[in-house]
Amino acid sequence: MSDLHVNFAGVEMKNPVVLASGTCGFGREFAEQFDIGRLGGISSKGLTLHPCPGNTGIRIWETPSGVMNSVGLENPGVQHFIDSDLDWINRQGLVNIVNLGGHSLEDYLEGAKMLNGKKIDFVELNISCPNVKEGGMNFGVKTETARSVVRRVRAVCKQKMIVKLSPNAEDIVSLARMCEEEGAEGVSLVNTFLAMAIDIRQRRPVFQNGYAGLSGPAIKPIALRMVHQVAHAVSIPVMGMGGISCWQDAVEFLMAGATAVQVGTASFMKPDIALDIIGGLDAYAEQNHLERIGEICGIV
Amino acid sequence: MATVLENRKLTKDFFILKVKQRNSASMGQFYMLRAWDRFPVLSRPISVHDADRECVSFLCKIVGQGTERFAALHPGDDIVLNGPYGNGYPQEHGKIALVGGGTGVAPLYFAAKALKKDPASTVDLFLGFSGEEMLRREFEAVGDSLTVNVGGFITDDIHPSEYDAIFSCGPEVMMRVLWKKCKAEQARARVYVSMEQRMACGVGACLGCTIPTASGRRRVCKDGPVFRAEEVFFHE
Repeated sequence: MSDLHVNFAGVEMKNPVVLASGTCGFGREFAEQFDIGRLGGISSKGLTLHPCPGNTGIRIWETPSGVMNSVGLENPGVQHFIDSDLDWINRQGLVNIVNLGGHSLEDYLEGAKMLNGKKIDFVELNISCPNVKEGGMNFGVKTETARSVVRRVRAVCKQKMIVKLSPNAEDIVSLARMCEEEGAEGVSLVNTFLAMAIDIRQRRPVFQNGYAGLSGPAIKPIALRMVHQVAHAVSIPVMGMGGISCWQDAVEFLMAGATAVQVGTASFMKPDIALDIIGGLDAYAEQNHLERIGEICGIV
Repeated sequence: MATVLENRKLTKDFFILKVKQRNSASMGQFYMLRAWDRFPVLSRPISVHDADRECVSFLCKIVGQGTERFAALHPGDDIVLNGPYGNGYPQEHGKIALVGGGTGVAPLYFAAKALKKDPASTVDLFLGFSGEEMLRREFEAVGDSLTVNVGGFITDDIHPSEYDAIFSCGPEVMMRVLWKKCKAEQARARVYVSMEQRMACGVGACLGCTIPTASGRRRVCKDGPVFRAEEVFFHE
Protein backbone atom coordinates (compact mmCIF):
# COMPACT_ATOMS: atom_id res chain seq x y z
CA MET A 1 0.00 0.00 0.00
CA SER A 2 1.30 3.40 -0.96
CA ASP A 3 0.42 6.59 0.80
CA LEU A 4 -2.45 8.21 -1.07
CA HIS A 5 -3.04 10.67 1.69
CA VAL A 6 -3.10 14.36 0.73
CA ASN A 7 -3.48 17.61 2.57
CA PHE A 8 -5.96 19.97 0.99
CA ALA A 9 -5.84 23.46 2.47
CA GLY A 10 -4.98 22.07 5.89
CA VAL A 11 -7.51 19.25 5.79
CA GLU A 12 -6.14 15.71 5.81
CA MET A 13 -7.66 13.38 3.24
CA LYS A 14 -6.85 9.66 3.20
CA ASN A 15 -6.87 9.77 -0.58
CA PRO A 16 -7.49 12.48 -3.16
CA VAL A 17 -10.74 11.10 -4.59
CA VAL A 18 -14.00 12.90 -3.84
CA LEU A 19 -17.51 12.26 -5.17
CA ALA A 20 -18.67 15.35 -7.04
CA SER A 21 -21.67 17.41 -6.05
CA GLY A 22 -24.94 16.53 -7.71
CA THR A 23 -23.95 13.01 -8.63
CA CYS A 24 -24.07 11.36 -5.22
CA GLY A 25 -26.87 12.98 -3.22
CA PHE A 26 -25.70 13.12 0.39
CA GLY A 27 -24.00 9.75 0.09
CA ARG A 28 -26.75 7.56 1.47
CA GLU A 29 -27.72 5.87 -1.79
CA PHE A 30 -24.14 5.01 -2.68
CA ALA A 31 -23.56 3.80 0.88
CA GLU A 32 -26.06 1.05 0.07
CA GLN A 33 -23.82 0.07 -2.86
CA PHE A 34 -20.33 0.21 -1.36
CA ASP A 35 -18.27 1.37 1.62
CA ILE A 36 -18.15 5.12 1.09
CA GLY A 37 -15.81 5.42 4.07
CA ARG A 38 -13.04 4.40 1.68
CA LEU A 39 -13.47 7.61 -0.31
CA GLY A 40 -11.33 10.65 0.26
CA GLY A 41 -14.42 12.79 0.52
CA ILE A 42 -17.86 13.61 -0.69
CA SER A 43 -19.34 16.85 -1.96
CA SER A 44 -23.02 17.10 -1.16
CA LYS A 45 -25.82 17.83 -3.56
CA GLY A 46 -25.97 21.59 -4.08
CA LEU A 47 -27.99 23.10 -1.25
CA THR A 48 -30.06 26.23 -1.35
CA LEU A 49 -31.43 28.23 1.55
CA HIS A 50 -34.96 27.02 0.88
CA PRO A 51 -36.03 23.62 -0.50
CA CYS A 52 -35.99 23.68 -4.28
CA PRO A 53 -38.05 21.42 -6.60
CA GLY A 54 -35.61 21.73 -9.49
CA ASN A 55 -36.50 21.94 -13.15
CA THR A 56 -39.45 20.50 -15.03
CA GLY A 57 -39.20 18.60 -18.29
CA ILE A 58 -36.42 16.30 -19.41
CA ARG A 59 -33.46 16.39 -17.03
CA ILE A 60 -31.04 13.86 -18.48
CA TRP A 61 -29.84 13.55 -22.07
CA GLU A 62 -27.00 11.32 -23.16
CA THR A 63 -24.49 12.57 -25.71
CA PRO A 64 -21.47 10.89 -27.30
CA SER A 65 -19.23 10.24 -24.28
CA GLY A 66 -21.20 12.60 -22.11
CA VAL A 67 -24.39 13.44 -20.29
CA MET A 68 -26.31 16.68 -20.26
CA ASN A 69 -28.35 17.43 -17.18
CA SER A 70 -30.87 20.03 -16.19
CA VAL A 71 -31.74 18.94 -12.68
CA GLY A 72 -31.77 22.54 -11.47
CA LEU A 73 -30.59 22.15 -7.88
CA GLU A 74 -33.49 20.04 -6.62
CA ASN A 75 -32.66 19.80 -2.91
CA PRO A 76 -34.33 19.79 0.52
CA GLY A 77 -32.70 23.04 1.72
CA VAL A 78 -29.85 23.82 4.11
CA GLN A 79 -31.81 23.30 7.34
CA HIS A 80 -33.11 19.88 6.31
CA PHE A 81 -29.57 18.86 5.41
CA ILE A 82 -28.29 19.98 8.81
CA ASP A 83 -31.10 18.15 10.61
CA SER A 84 -31.14 14.95 8.59
CA ASP A 85 -27.84 14.31 6.83
CA LEU A 86 -24.92 16.17 8.39
CA ASP A 87 -24.35 13.90 11.40
CA TRP A 88 -24.71 10.83 9.24
CA ILE A 89 -22.11 12.06 6.75
CA ASN A 90 -19.73 12.93 9.56
CA ARG A 91 -19.92 9.36 10.82
CA GLN A 92 -18.68 7.98 7.48
CA GLY A 93 -15.04 8.90 8.07
CA LEU A 94 -14.45 11.05 5.02
CA VAL A 95 -13.90 14.68 4.19
CA ASN A 96 -17.26 16.40 4.25
CA ILE A 97 -17.72 19.09 1.62
CA VAL A 98 -21.02 20.93 1.62
CA ASN A 99 -21.95 22.42 -1.72
CA LEU A 100 -23.84 25.67 -1.30
CA GLY A 101 -25.84 27.08 -4.20
CA GLY A 102 -28.23 29.94 -4.36
CA HIS A 103 -30.73 31.87 -6.40
CA SER A 104 -29.71 35.23 -4.94
CA LEU A 105 -26.85 36.75 -2.97
CA GLU A 106 -29.05 36.70 0.13
CA ASP A 107 -29.54 32.95 -0.31
CA TYR A 108 -25.80 32.39 -0.26
CA LEU A 109 -25.26 34.64 2.75
CA GLU A 110 -28.05 33.11 4.81
CA GLY A 111 -27.05 29.58 3.81
CA ALA A 112 -23.41 30.23 4.73
CA LYS A 113 -24.44 31.63 8.13
CA MET A 114 -26.55 28.56 8.85
CA LEU A 115 -23.53 26.34 8.15
CA ASN A 116 -21.28 28.30 10.51
CA GLY A 117 -20.38 26.36 13.62
CA LYS A 118 -21.39 23.03 12.06
CA LYS A 119 -18.91 20.17 11.69
CA ILE A 120 -18.00 20.62 8.05
CA ASP A 121 -14.60 20.37 6.37
CA PHE A 122 -15.35 22.72 3.49
CA VAL A 123 -18.14 24.78 2.06
CA GLU A 124 -17.99 24.52 -1.71
CA LEU A 125 -19.46 27.75 -2.97
CA ASN A 126 -21.33 26.93 -6.15
CA ILE A 127 -21.33 29.94 -8.44
CA SER A 128 -21.30 27.70 -11.46
CA CYS A 129 -24.59 25.81 -11.74
CA PRO A 130 -25.81 26.45 -15.30
CA ASN A 131 -29.31 25.13 -14.64
CA VAL A 132 -30.91 27.82 -12.53
CA LYS A 133 -32.46 30.94 -14.00
CA GLU A 134 -31.47 33.14 -11.07
CA GLY A 135 -28.09 32.97 -9.37
CA GLY A 136 -25.86 29.97 -9.97
CA MET A 137 -23.61 30.42 -12.97
CA ASN A 138 -24.84 33.96 -13.53
CA PHE A 139 -22.60 34.88 -10.59
CA GLY A 140 -19.64 32.97 -11.96
CA VAL A 141 -19.11 34.17 -15.53
CA LYS A 142 -17.66 37.64 -14.99
CA THR A 143 -14.79 37.90 -12.54
CA GLU A 144 -15.92 41.16 -10.94
CA THR A 145 -19.52 39.95 -10.47
CA ALA A 146 -18.17 36.80 -8.90
CA ARG A 147 -15.82 38.84 -6.72
CA SER A 148 -18.71 40.66 -5.06
CA VAL A 149 -20.37 37.32 -4.23
CA VAL A 150 -17.20 35.62 -3.02
CA ARG A 151 -16.23 38.65 -0.93
CA ARG A 152 -19.64 38.92 0.75
CA VAL A 153 -19.88 35.19 1.42
CA ARG A 154 -16.29 35.10 2.65
CA ALA A 155 -17.13 37.83 5.12
CA VAL A 156 -19.84 35.72 6.78
CA CYS A 157 -18.60 32.17 6.14
CA LYS A 158 -16.50 30.84 9.01
CA GLN A 159 -15.90 27.49 7.34
CA LYS A 160 -13.04 26.76 4.99
CA MET A 161 -14.30 27.73 1.57
CA ILE A 162 -13.70 26.24 -1.85
CA VAL A 163 -15.20 28.10 -4.80
CA LYS A 164 -16.51 25.86 -7.56
CA LEU A 165 -15.78 27.46 -10.90
CA SER A 166 -17.65 27.35 -14.16
CA PRO A 167 -15.91 26.50 -17.42
CA ASN A 168 -18.30 29.00 -18.93
CA ALA A 169 -16.49 31.83 -17.16
CA GLU A 170 -15.15 34.56 -19.41
CA ASP A 171 -11.68 34.02 -17.95
CA ILE A 172 -11.38 31.12 -15.58
CA VAL A 173 -7.80 31.98 -14.64
CA SER A 174 -8.71 35.50 -13.51
CA LEU A 175 -11.73 34.03 -11.71
CA ALA A 176 -9.48 31.66 -9.78
CA ARG A 177 -7.00 34.42 -8.97
CA MET A 178 -9.86 36.52 -7.67
CA CYS A 179 -10.94 33.64 -5.37
CA GLU A 180 -7.42 33.50 -3.96
CA GLU A 181 -7.35 37.27 -3.48
CA GLU A 182 -10.69 37.19 -1.69
CA GLY A 183 -9.52 34.57 0.76
CA ALA A 184 -10.90 31.29 -0.54
CA GLU A 185 -8.96 28.28 0.77
CA GLY A 186 -9.24 26.49 -2.56
CA VAL A 187 -11.00 26.25 -5.89
CA SER A 188 -12.72 23.33 -7.58
CA LEU A 189 -13.19 23.07 -11.32
CA VAL A 190 -14.88 22.50 -13.61
CA ASN A 191 -18.64 22.46 -13.25
CA THR A 192 -20.59 21.50 -16.38
CA PHE A 193 -20.33 23.14 -19.77
CA LEU A 194 -23.37 25.02 -21.00
CA ALA A 195 -24.71 22.92 -23.84
CA MET A 196 -27.78 22.24 -25.93
CA ALA A 197 -29.75 19.54 -27.69
CA ILE A 198 -32.63 20.05 -30.08
CA ASP A 199 -35.56 17.71 -30.62
CA ILE A 200 -35.66 17.87 -34.42
CA ARG A 201 -39.09 16.26 -34.62
CA GLN A 202 -40.71 18.80 -32.34
CA ARG A 203 -38.40 21.59 -33.53
CA ARG A 204 -37.59 22.80 -30.05
CA PRO A 205 -34.87 22.42 -27.41
CA VAL A 206 -34.84 19.11 -25.54
CA PHE A 207 -34.54 20.95 -22.23
CA GLN A 208 -37.20 23.33 -20.99
CA ASN A 209 -34.50 25.79 -20.00
CA GLY A 210 -33.11 25.62 -23.53
CA TYR A 211 -29.59 24.91 -22.33
CA ALA A 212 -28.21 22.36 -19.90
CA GLY A 213 -24.88 21.29 -18.37
CA LEU A 214 -22.60 18.83 -20.17
CA SER A 215 -20.39 16.49 -18.15
CA GLY A 216 -18.62 13.18 -18.66
CA PRO A 217 -15.57 11.98 -20.58
CA ALA A 218 -16.44 14.31 -23.49
CA ILE A 219 -15.33 17.35 -21.47
CA LYS A 220 -12.21 15.83 -19.90
CA PRO A 221 -9.54 17.29 -22.20
CA ILE A 222 -10.94 20.81 -21.86
CA ALA A 223 -11.40 20.48 -18.11
CA LEU A 224 -7.83 19.22 -17.81
CA ARG A 225 -6.51 22.21 -19.73
CA MET A 226 -8.43 24.58 -17.46
CA VAL A 227 -7.18 22.85 -14.31
CA HIS A 228 -3.63 23.09 -15.66
CA GLN A 229 -4.00 26.82 -16.36
CA VAL A 230 -5.60 27.57 -13.00
CA ALA A 231 -3.26 25.41 -10.93
CA HIS A 232 -0.28 27.22 -12.40
CA ALA A 233 -1.79 30.63 -11.75
CA VAL A 234 -2.80 30.33 -8.09
CA SER A 235 -1.14 29.07 -4.94
CA ILE A 236 -4.30 27.82 -3.23
CA PRO A 237 -5.02 24.12 -3.86
CA VAL A 238 -7.19 22.98 -6.74
CA MET A 239 -9.72 20.18 -6.77
CA GLY A 240 -9.88 19.05 -10.37
CA MET A 241 -12.80 17.46 -12.09
CA GLY A 242 -14.45 17.02 -15.45
CA GLY A 243 -14.97 13.62 -17.03
CA ILE A 244 -12.65 11.61 -14.82
CA SER A 245 -13.64 7.99 -15.31
CA CYS A 246 -10.47 5.95 -14.63
CA TRP A 247 -7.34 6.19 -12.52
CA GLN A 248 -5.29 7.34 -15.51
CA ASP A 249 -7.59 10.35 -15.84
CA ALA A 250 -7.07 11.09 -12.14
CA VAL A 251 -3.29 10.92 -12.58
CA GLU A 252 -3.55 13.39 -15.46
CA PHE A 253 -5.44 15.87 -13.30
CA LEU A 254 -2.93 15.48 -10.47
CA MET A 255 -0.02 15.99 -12.86
CA ALA A 256 -1.80 19.06 -14.23
CA GLY A 257 -1.72 20.52 -10.74
CA ALA A 258 -4.80 19.32 -8.89
CA THR A 259 -4.25 18.36 -5.26
CA ALA A 260 -7.42 16.26 -5.24
CA VAL A 261 -9.96 15.19 -7.82
CA GLN A 262 -13.69 14.78 -7.97
CA VAL A 263 -15.49 11.98 -9.75
CA GLY A 264 -19.03 12.65 -10.92
CA THR A 265 -20.66 11.33 -14.05
CA ALA A 266 -18.46 8.23 -14.04
CA SER A 267 -20.30 6.97 -10.96
CA PHE A 268 -23.26 6.47 -13.30
CA MET A 269 -21.21 3.95 -15.28
CA LYS A 270 -20.47 1.95 -12.17
CA PRO A 271 -21.61 3.12 -8.72
CA ASP A 272 -18.29 2.25 -7.03
CA ILE A 273 -16.04 3.48 -9.84
CA ALA A 274 -14.39 5.93 -7.41
CA LEU A 275 -13.05 2.93 -5.48
CA ASP A 276 -11.60 1.51 -8.71
CA ILE A 277 -9.89 4.85 -9.27
CA ILE A 278 -8.48 4.83 -5.71
CA GLY A 279 -7.24 1.27 -6.24
CA GLY A 280 -5.66 2.26 -9.55
CA LEU A 281 -3.93 5.27 -7.97
CA ASP A 282 -2.58 3.04 -5.24
CA ALA A 283 -1.12 0.56 -7.72
CA TYR A 284 0.29 3.41 -9.82
CA ALA A 285 1.98 4.99 -6.82
CA GLU A 286 3.44 1.66 -5.80
CA GLN A 287 4.79 0.87 -9.27
CA ASN A 288 6.29 4.34 -9.57
CA HIS A 289 7.84 4.19 -6.11
CA LEU A 290 6.03 7.30 -4.96
CA GLU A 291 6.25 7.89 -1.24
CA ARG A 292 3.25 10.15 -1.48
CA ILE A 293 0.81 10.59 -4.35
CA GLY A 294 1.33 14.34 -3.99
CA GLU A 295 4.77 13.96 -5.58
CA ILE A 296 3.19 14.05 -9.02
CA CYS A 297 1.02 17.07 -8.24
CA GLY A 298 1.72 19.77 -10.81
CA ILE A 299 4.74 18.09 -12.40
CA VAL A 300 3.46 18.90 -15.90
CA MET B 1 -20.04 -9.60 -14.64
CA ALA B 2 -22.88 -11.83 -15.78
CA THR B 3 -23.31 -14.04 -18.83
CA VAL B 4 -25.95 -13.92 -21.54
CA LEU B 5 -27.74 -17.27 -21.76
CA GLU B 6 -30.15 -16.54 -24.55
CA ASN B 7 -31.23 -13.69 -26.80
CA ARG B 8 -34.55 -14.41 -28.42
CA LYS B 9 -35.84 -12.16 -31.19
CA LEU B 10 -39.61 -11.70 -30.94
CA THR B 11 -40.36 -9.14 -33.64
CA LYS B 12 -38.33 -6.64 -35.64
CA ASP B 13 -37.99 -4.43 -32.55
CA PHE B 14 -38.52 -6.68 -29.54
CA PHE B 15 -36.31 -9.33 -27.99
CA ILE B 16 -35.92 -11.19 -24.71
CA LEU B 17 -32.48 -11.23 -23.14
CA LYS B 18 -31.90 -13.95 -20.58
CA VAL B 19 -28.94 -13.50 -18.27
CA LYS B 20 -27.40 -15.87 -15.74
CA GLN B 21 -27.23 -13.99 -12.47
CA ARG B 22 -28.19 -15.04 -8.97
CA ASN B 23 -30.84 -12.65 -7.78
CA SER B 24 -33.70 -11.90 -5.46
CA ALA B 25 -35.59 -9.62 -7.84
CA SER B 26 -39.24 -8.98 -7.16
CA MET B 27 -42.01 -7.91 -9.53
CA GLY B 28 -41.77 -4.39 -10.86
CA GLN B 29 -38.11 -3.89 -10.04
CA PHE B 30 -35.45 -3.12 -12.63
CA TYR B 31 -31.76 -3.51 -13.31
CA MET B 32 -29.22 -1.11 -14.79
CA LEU B 33 -27.81 -3.03 -17.76
CA ARG B 34 -24.47 -2.45 -19.39
CA ALA B 35 -22.86 -4.50 -22.14
CA TRP B 36 -19.98 -2.18 -22.94
CA ASP B 37 -17.07 -0.52 -21.19
CA ARG B 38 -17.26 3.26 -20.92
CA PHE B 39 -19.28 4.29 -23.96
CA PRO B 40 -22.23 4.91 -24.04
CA VAL B 41 -21.77 6.58 -20.67
CA LEU B 42 -25.04 5.56 -19.07
CA SER B 43 -26.31 2.09 -18.23
CA ARG B 44 -29.85 1.29 -19.28
CA PRO B 45 -32.70 0.74 -16.81
CA ILE B 46 -34.72 -2.32 -17.87
CA SER B 47 -37.51 -3.92 -15.86
CA VAL B 48 -37.50 -7.56 -14.87
CA HIS B 49 -39.64 -9.57 -17.29
CA ASP B 50 -38.99 -12.88 -15.58
CA ALA B 51 -36.61 -14.26 -12.98
CA ASP B 52 -35.76 -17.30 -10.95
CA ARG B 53 -32.95 -17.54 -8.46
CA GLU B 54 -30.31 -18.16 -11.10
CA CYS B 55 -31.47 -16.09 -14.09
CA VAL B 56 -33.11 -12.80 -15.01
CA SER B 57 -34.89 -12.07 -18.30
CA PHE B 58 -35.51 -8.69 -19.87
CA LEU B 59 -38.07 -7.94 -22.53
CA CYS B 60 -36.60 -5.03 -24.49
CA LYS B 61 -37.48 -2.86 -27.43
CA ILE B 62 -34.78 -1.40 -29.65
CA VAL B 63 -35.05 2.35 -29.15
CA GLY B 64 -31.47 3.60 -29.31
CA GLN B 65 -27.81 2.75 -29.21
CA GLY B 66 -27.95 0.96 -25.86
CA THR B 67 -30.82 -1.38 -26.67
CA GLU B 68 -29.32 -1.93 -30.14
CA ARG B 69 -26.26 -3.35 -28.43
CA PHE B 70 -28.35 -5.54 -26.16
CA ALA B 71 -30.19 -6.86 -29.23
CA ALA B 72 -26.87 -7.88 -30.78
CA LEU B 73 -25.69 -9.90 -27.76
CA HIS B 74 -25.09 -13.62 -28.13
CA PRO B 75 -25.15 -16.47 -25.61
CA GLY B 76 -21.88 -16.43 -23.69
CA ASP B 77 -21.37 -12.67 -24.03
CA ASP B 78 -20.63 -10.59 -20.93
CA ILE B 79 -23.11 -8.14 -19.49
CA VAL B 80 -23.18 -6.19 -16.23
CA LEU B 81 -26.39 -6.14 -14.22
CA ASN B 82 -26.57 -3.69 -11.35
CA GLY B 83 -29.63 -4.17 -9.22
CA PRO B 84 -32.34 -5.14 -8.65
CA TYR B 85 -33.38 -1.57 -7.91
CA GLY B 86 -36.53 0.29 -7.05
CA ASN B 87 -39.86 -0.33 -5.39
CA GLY B 88 -41.94 -2.74 -7.41
CA TYR B 89 -45.51 -3.95 -7.19
CA PRO B 90 -46.84 -5.09 -3.80
CA GLN B 91 -47.99 -8.65 -3.18
CA GLU B 92 -51.73 -8.03 -3.62
CA HIS B 93 -54.38 -10.71 -3.23
CA GLY B 94 -57.86 -11.21 -4.65
CA LYS B 95 -59.08 -10.29 -8.09
CA ILE B 96 -56.29 -8.50 -9.87
CA ALA B 97 -56.01 -6.96 -13.33
CA LEU B 98 -52.67 -6.36 -15.05
CA VAL B 99 -52.85 -3.72 -17.76
CA GLY B 100 -49.89 -3.26 -20.07
CA GLY B 101 -49.17 -1.33 -23.24
CA GLY B 102 -46.29 -1.95 -25.65
CA THR B 103 -42.97 -2.51 -23.88
CA GLY B 104 -44.93 -1.94 -20.69
CA VAL B 105 -46.15 -5.53 -20.81
CA ALA B 106 -42.63 -6.58 -19.74
CA PRO B 107 -42.92 -6.54 -15.92
CA LEU B 108 -46.48 -7.90 -15.95
CA TYR B 109 -45.35 -11.40 -16.87
CA PHE B 110 -43.24 -11.65 -13.72
CA ALA B 111 -46.03 -9.96 -11.76
CA ALA B 112 -48.62 -12.50 -12.94
CA LYS B 113 -46.37 -15.37 -11.90
CA ALA B 114 -45.76 -13.83 -8.49
CA LEU B 115 -49.42 -13.05 -7.86
CA LYS B 116 -50.53 -16.55 -8.88
CA LYS B 117 -48.46 -17.99 -6.07
CA ASP B 118 -51.61 -17.29 -4.09
CA PRO B 119 -54.00 -19.87 -5.58
CA ALA B 120 -56.99 -17.91 -4.28
CA SER B 121 -56.10 -14.89 -6.44
CA THR B 122 -57.27 -14.44 -10.00
CA VAL B 123 -55.12 -12.54 -12.46
CA ASP B 124 -56.63 -11.10 -15.64
CA LEU B 125 -54.19 -9.76 -18.18
CA PHE B 126 -54.99 -6.89 -20.55
CA LEU B 127 -52.26 -6.19 -23.08
CA GLY B 128 -52.33 -3.52 -25.75
CA PHE B 129 -50.04 -3.21 -28.75
CA SER B 130 -49.91 -0.57 -31.43
CA GLY B 131 -48.32 -2.91 -33.94
CA GLU B 132 -47.65 -6.61 -33.75
CA GLU B 133 -48.80 -8.53 -30.67
CA MET B 134 -46.36 -10.85 -28.96
CA LEU B 135 -45.95 -13.55 -26.32
CA ARG B 136 -49.62 -14.61 -26.38
CA ARG B 137 -48.92 -18.21 -25.34
CA GLU B 138 -46.54 -17.16 -22.58
CA PHE B 139 -48.96 -14.66 -21.06
CA GLU B 140 -51.87 -17.11 -21.34
CA ALA B 141 -49.88 -19.58 -19.29
CA VAL B 142 -49.37 -17.22 -16.32
CA GLY B 143 -52.81 -15.60 -15.95
CA ASP B 144 -56.41 -16.69 -15.59
CA SER B 145 -57.49 -14.76 -18.67
CA LEU B 146 -55.84 -12.77 -21.41
CA THR B 147 -57.27 -9.91 -23.45
CA VAL B 148 -55.12 -8.55 -26.26
CA ASN B 149 -55.90 -5.36 -28.14
CA VAL B 150 -53.93 -4.49 -31.23
CA GLY B 151 -54.25 -0.98 -32.63
CA GLY B 152 -56.99 0.17 -30.25
CA PHE B 153 -57.16 1.20 -26.60
CA ILE B 154 -56.65 -1.58 -24.07
CA THR B 155 -58.26 0.66 -21.46
CA ASP B 156 -61.57 0.18 -23.32
CA ASP B 157 -61.48 -3.54 -22.55
CA ILE B 158 -61.25 -3.47 -18.76
CA HIS B 159 -63.99 -2.95 -16.18
CA PRO B 160 -62.09 -1.57 -13.19
CA SER B 161 -64.91 -2.04 -10.68
CA GLU B 162 -64.51 -5.81 -10.96
CA TYR B 163 -61.08 -5.73 -9.32
CA ASP B 164 -59.42 -5.45 -5.93
CA ALA B 165 -56.16 -4.27 -7.43
CA ILE B 166 -54.93 -3.11 -10.82
CA PHE B 167 -51.26 -3.04 -11.86
CA SER B 168 -50.37 -1.08 -14.96
CA CYS B 169 -47.30 -0.36 -16.99
CA GLY B 170 -47.07 1.36 -20.32
CA PRO B 171 -47.40 4.78 -21.93
CA GLU B 172 -48.24 7.44 -19.36
CA VAL B 173 -51.36 8.41 -21.32
CA MET B 174 -52.63 4.83 -21.10
CA MET B 175 -52.14 4.71 -17.35
CA ARG B 176 -53.74 8.12 -16.94
CA VAL B 177 -56.81 7.08 -18.94
CA LEU B 178 -57.04 3.91 -16.86
CA TRP B 179 -56.93 5.91 -13.65
CA LYS B 180 -59.60 8.31 -14.89
CA LYS B 181 -61.80 5.35 -15.75
CA CYS B 182 -61.27 3.88 -12.28
CA LYS B 183 -62.26 7.17 -10.71
CA ALA B 184 -65.28 7.60 -12.98
CA GLU B 185 -66.51 4.13 -12.01
CA GLN B 186 -65.64 4.75 -8.36
CA ALA B 187 -63.75 1.48 -8.48
CA ARG B 188 -62.50 0.23 -5.12
CA ALA B 189 -59.36 -1.20 -6.74
CA ARG B 190 -55.97 -0.12 -5.51
CA VAL B 191 -54.28 1.08 -8.70
CA TYR B 192 -50.52 0.96 -9.23
CA VAL B 193 -48.61 2.52 -12.10
CA SER B 194 -45.02 1.88 -13.14
CA MET B 195 -43.39 5.07 -14.33
CA GLU B 196 -40.67 5.47 -16.93
CA GLN B 197 -38.10 8.26 -16.91
CA ARG B 198 -34.65 8.87 -18.32
CA MET B 199 -32.22 7.80 -15.59
CA ALA B 200 -28.55 8.38 -14.94
CA CYS B 201 -27.55 6.75 -11.65
CA GLY B 202 -30.48 4.37 -11.12
CA VAL B 203 -29.98 4.37 -7.35
CA GLY B 204 -31.61 7.61 -6.22
CA ALA B 205 -28.57 9.87 -6.05
CA CYS B 206 -28.66 12.14 -9.09
CA LEU B 207 -32.32 13.27 -9.10
CA GLY B 208 -32.41 13.03 -12.88
CA CYS B 209 -35.64 11.03 -12.84
CA THR B 210 -37.81 12.74 -10.23
CA ILE B 211 -41.48 13.37 -11.02
CA PRO B 212 -44.08 15.57 -9.33
CA THR B 213 -46.37 13.60 -7.02
CA ALA B 214 -49.00 14.35 -4.41
CA SER B 215 -46.22 14.26 -1.82
CA GLY B 216 -43.68 16.38 -3.69
CA ARG B 217 -41.05 15.32 -6.19
CA ARG B 218 -40.11 11.67 -5.92
CA ARG B 219 -37.47 9.54 -7.58
CA VAL B 220 -38.73 7.05 -10.15
CA CYS B 221 -35.63 4.88 -9.68
CA LYS B 222 -35.68 4.72 -5.88
CA ASP B 223 -39.13 5.66 -4.57
CA GLY B 224 -40.71 4.02 -7.66
CA PRO B 225 -40.84 2.95 -10.39
CA VAL B 226 -44.19 1.70 -9.05
CA PHE B 227 -46.42 4.29 -7.38
CA ARG B 228 -50.07 4.43 -6.39
CA ALA B 229 -51.94 6.05 -9.29
CA GLU B 230 -53.40 8.77 -7.06
CA GLU B 231 -49.85 9.77 -6.06
CA VAL B 232 -48.80 10.37 -9.66
CA PHE B 233 -52.06 11.52 -11.23
CA PHE B 234 -52.96 13.75 -8.32
CA HIS B 235 -54.34 16.46 -10.61
CA GLU B 236 -56.96 14.12 -12.10
